[in-house]
Amino acid sequence: MMEWLKQPWPWYIAGPLVGLTVPVLLILGNKHFGISANLRHACAMCFPSDIKFFKYDYKKEFWNLFFVIGAFGGGIVASLWLANPQPIEVNASLVAELAGYGINDYSSMVPQQLYNWDYLLSAKGLIMMVGGGFLVGFGSRYAGGCTSGHSIMGLSTLQWPSLVATVSFMAGGFLMSNVLLPLILG
Amino acid sequence: MNHTDSEVRRQDTMCVNESQLQHRWYHNIKYLVVGVLFGIVFVKAEIISWFRIQEMFRFQSFHMYGIIGSAVIVGMLSVWLIRKFNIRTIYGEPITFTPKTFNKGQIYGGLLFGLGWGLTGACPGPLFVQIGTGATVVAVVLLSAIAGTWLYGKLRDNLPH
Repeated sequence: MMEWLKQPWPWYIAGPLVGLTVPVLLILGNKHFGISANLRHACAMCFPSDIKFFKYDYKKEFWNLFFVIGAFGGGIVASLWLANPQPIEVNASLVAELAGYGINDYSSMVPQQLYNWDYLLSAKGLIMMVGGGFLVGFGSRYAGGCTSGHSIMGLSTLQWPSLVATVSFMAGGFLMSNVLLPLILG
Repeated sequence: MNHTDSEVRRQDTMCVNESQLQHRWYHNIKYLVVGVLFGIVFVKAEIISWFRIQEMFRFQSFHMYGIIGSAVIVGMLSVWLIRKFNIRTIYGEPITFTPKTFNKGQIYGGLLFGLGWGLTGACPGPLFVQIGTGATVVAVVLLSAIAGTWLYGKLRDNLPH
């Protein structure tokens, strides 16, 4: 059992489990799945700065903060007791491309050679981590949600604006991974 | 509901909670438990892996498409069942859905978000999980995402929507 759990889980197990988050949150308390909202709640709690967008009753949204604290805890649990000892296996042409940028460490979920505190202070590290994070936060709020709120929750409730957002997410990602990232890493 | 709430809701339906019940804080523990399970699935299916996201955007693997696709199908079926059978919450409250309205932010913001997703290999959920797996430097990515959200809030009235 434990051996089986430690292997990477296939999409047809993980996908339905992620999808079940939608009805579970609804049935537990009429809560709508949407993780990027927590970034907004963090602003509302810590730096509302008299901005109208951050003036609302964030205490009603504490459930969502509990959810992401749980997700953080899930990361700890999975890496302590369910970790896969093998390196991540990805497509050979991706391995070849990344090797060209000096990325060949597959021991962690994030590339160790890019995601470390020393690299953070390099120009590339700043672009990837500070720049990338900024785009994620700015873009998800501008779009009114992220992958969870639009692509999972929004599509599950058949909202066409969420389909527009999802197509835009994918378009931005294609552009970054195929065109801009090779320029940044190269 | 006051004016600000409804205005916020129109712009950003994800942020307003419909529950009218007042619960003690420990009722939120159940969401913590769901979050833990969610985090474990995200690690074990490698959804939080930068490498998996790069594969997805290069069409080099079906894995992530399979996850998102099957998640949406399960989500749709569940919502259909909840509506069809008028299923209520465990507290007996009705389950409600708020329609989202289209605005150009979904395109402009969506593209910007996509650029960030391709760069960091993480959308907001995985950021929290990655930090849990010990990638402590991701805390900087998360703080930067919060800063991005703040700047959006600051500039919002001047951005095209």
